[in-house]
Amino acid sequence: MSKLNVAIYWGAACGGCDVAILDIHEKVLNVKEACNFWLWPVAMDFKYKDVEALADGFLDLTLFSGAVRNTENEHIAHLLRKKSKVLVAFGSCAHTGGIPALANFYRKEDILRRVYEECPSNDNPNKVRPQTVHRFPEGECEIPALYDWVKSLDQVVKVDYYVPGCPPVPERIWEVLSAVVSGAKLPPPGSVIGAGEKALCDTCERKRTDEKAIKEFKRIATTIPDPTVCFLDQGLICMGPVTRSGCGNQCTVASNMPCRGCYGQPEGTQDQGAKMVAAIGAALDAKEPEAIDKALDSLPDPAGYFYRFSMSSSLLERRKA
Amino acid sequence: MKTITIDPITRLEGHGKITIFLSDEGEVKNTYFQIPELRGFEKFLEGRPVEEAPRIVPRICGVCPACHHMASGKAVDAVYGVTPPPAARKLRELFFMGEYIHSHVAHFYALSGPDFVMGPGAEKAKRHILGIVDKVGLEIGSKVITFRKYGHEIMKAVGGKCQHPVYNVPGGVSRPITAEQRTQVEKMAVECVELAKFTIKLFEDIVLKNKAYMDIVTGPAYQLKVHNMGLVDDKNRVNFYDGKVRVVDTTGKELAKYAPAEYLQNVAEHVEPYTYLKFPYLKKFGWKGMSEGQESGMYRASPLSRLNAADGMATPLAQAEYERFFATVGKPCNLTLATHWARVIELLYACERAVELSQDPEILSPDVRILPTRTPHDGVGIVEAQRGTLTHHYTTDENGIITKANLIVGTTNNNAAITLSIQKAAAALIQKGKPVTEEVLNMIEMAFRAFDPCFSCATHSLPGHFPMEVTFVQSDGEVLDILRRS
Repeated sequence: MSKLNVAIYWGAACGGCDVAILDIHEKVLNVKEACNFWLWPVAMDFKYKDVEALADGFLDLTLFSGAVRNTENEHIAHLLRKKSKVLVAFGSCAHTGGIPALANFYRKEDILRRVYEECPSNDNPNKVRPQTVHRFPEGECEIPALYDWVKSLDQVVKVDYYVPGCPPVPERIWEVLSAVVSGAKLPPPGSVIGAGEKALCDTCERKRTDEKAIKEFKRIATTIPDPTVCFLDQGLICMGPVTRSGCGNQCTVASNMPCRGCYGQPEGTQDQGAKMVAAIGAALDAKEPEAIDKALDSLPDPAGYFYRFSMSSSLLERRKA
Repeated sequence: MKTITIDPITRLEGHGKITIFLSDEGEVKNTYFQIPELRGFEKFLEGRPVEEAPRIVPRICGVCPACHHMASGKAVDAVYGVTPPPAARKLRELFFMGEYIHSHVAHFYALSGPDFVMGPGAEKAKRHILGIVDKVGLEIGSKVITFRKYGHEIMKAVGGKCQHPVYNVPGGVSRPITAEQRTQVEKMAVECVELAKFTIKLFEDIVLKNKAYMDIVTGPAYQLKVHNMGLVDDKNRVNFYDGKVRVVDTTGKELAKYAPAEYLQNVAEHVEPYTYLKFPYLKKFGWKGMSEGQESGMYRASPLSRLNAADGMATPLAQAEYERFFATVGKPCNLTLATHWARVIELLYACERAVELSQDPEILSPDVRILPTRTPHDGVGIVEAQRGTLTHHYTTDENGIITKANLIVGTTNNNAAITLSIQKAAAALIQKGKPVTEEVLNMIEMAFRAFDPCFSCATHSLPGHFPMEVTFVQSDGEVLDILRRS
């Protein structure tokens, strides 16, 4: 069988998806036997020019991690789309915006002012800010301007598949890679692959106690959770009911920490955060509006919990004013 | 007009851009280094419950998420005025050693290794980790893979998850370790010590015994005389997790030794309009632009500076290597490429320290958390990230909701030192009348690669998507070459 032509690229990402790919460990050697790489900036010295020189559709598979934050991200997204038969939005940021999309709660101006003018270690009396074009004595140099908000990959190009997770767990990555390498029939384009269809709760071994257990919300800062009991039943926000399974319950079971939703919403859910509002409503032990308000008052920053990883693709998307 | 392109520059975390201006005669007139983006964690941490910060900030960098997790966890402890119990403190450090193993192995073998194992001028199709595996064989290749894997497996056994960690909670960690997990960790850590010794031997065989390489390491292109920063324990030995930040000057004399909460008295950040990345400097000397030497505020924060800033290592094998290192290169050492050597000595220390901690009976204590009782307010946490001293500073309201956040990140410390290193390498390596080959370009890259820079960390920004390119501009402003690796 001929080798697959593969590109791995990072847009607005932390590099964690690349490390997760390396975390298939010994199987990297299998991948090496099955694939020719044409771009992988963290590990190899191939360049955009090489990609530009490829025939359209030459790449069998491109894994694109990271969100789209500026014109450069978008430019490379378009380039790789053109060159790839199968383009995968790889990881939470490409899938739904991820942590970088928490910036969508703020205006770009707020971010620039904080970083360059307000931070207490700054020594910047003239309020200098980075400019996209700067004229040195010898000539001009440019840097790209930021977009006003962070986008998911499918907000700029057509995406064939989504591999969720921050980062995707190596076991699922290997399943996806071996399926592609073996030529197995993939699900219809647009599908989420490398994850379960059910909610995380359906795979969690923590014990449920009562359907209407929440009287008030607690915070992990001031609570030592019972390691065997459902977090929500203990009043601790856990995104398990509205998050896709597949992560191996690394947070909820292996680490004794509640889920924050990085695997995105399960099949059939339109908006992870809105669904969580409904899930909370169902779990509250309160009927009267006053009691409900009181319970909700004990929950700070609901949007920051419910849309921790999904602002770009959510119905909210970003701060609009 | 000839144009050569390198686009993108690779084998680093994140991205940047170099512009070299040449005179008509082909001499370097000036070199500028730009970082093209920022992400703004300082802003979007605002409004989040402070205990969520250790779960958010690891996404600053996927290569060193535990550094941010640890600095953040310590800052949150300080915000609540709570001290974790001894077992939790040791478990955190053990977890952190796992990341040091993963990260230093990844840099030594995958990011910088190709320059030495394959050679700085090797063809690019082979100048990468898979090329190294082909060259050294599957047996050694598998060893390297196992070594890095153990780093992550140690983290998973201790803290449940390596990437991105969720282990630190205010006043401790999320769960104790079982006897079985401890045994696993100890077994891996013991093997890691052997693998680290093997790595040092490899460095010795490939670099130290190779005159051509040593001429490069000690040559003029890669020297930088600046102050040195590093976290030290109460005996002034290198410590990654805890202690005080010690700064020694260009002669090796102690300039400052400060606790995390005192960082603002010691460092400040300069802003330039041409780059998104700020330039930290020592307040004692002030910002003196791109100049090195005793009177400049420029410093480095890296494996090399940590060794320079300390009086020794806290484990026996690493201490022996520390002594050999300085007996060879002199102290303080200003050879940028010696950072690779310092890095593998640190790797050995991390492995030895992991063994020590894993054999400490106290880590099996179920007492891994103290609940905060004080009203939260303000706190600073500092650890040594693999790429330099890492400072997280949070202020909260009385409910522990973040109102202000400030971050001075490992690589950011080195922005000025990296910029000047690139300038000096370019000036030394580009000679008029001689072609600027791909090998020369790669050797300019080696000046920053030694720092293991993580520009995604540094700008809390978004790596890789912007090309690093070298543009040569004539004195009349005309673009001569845009050099991208070709």
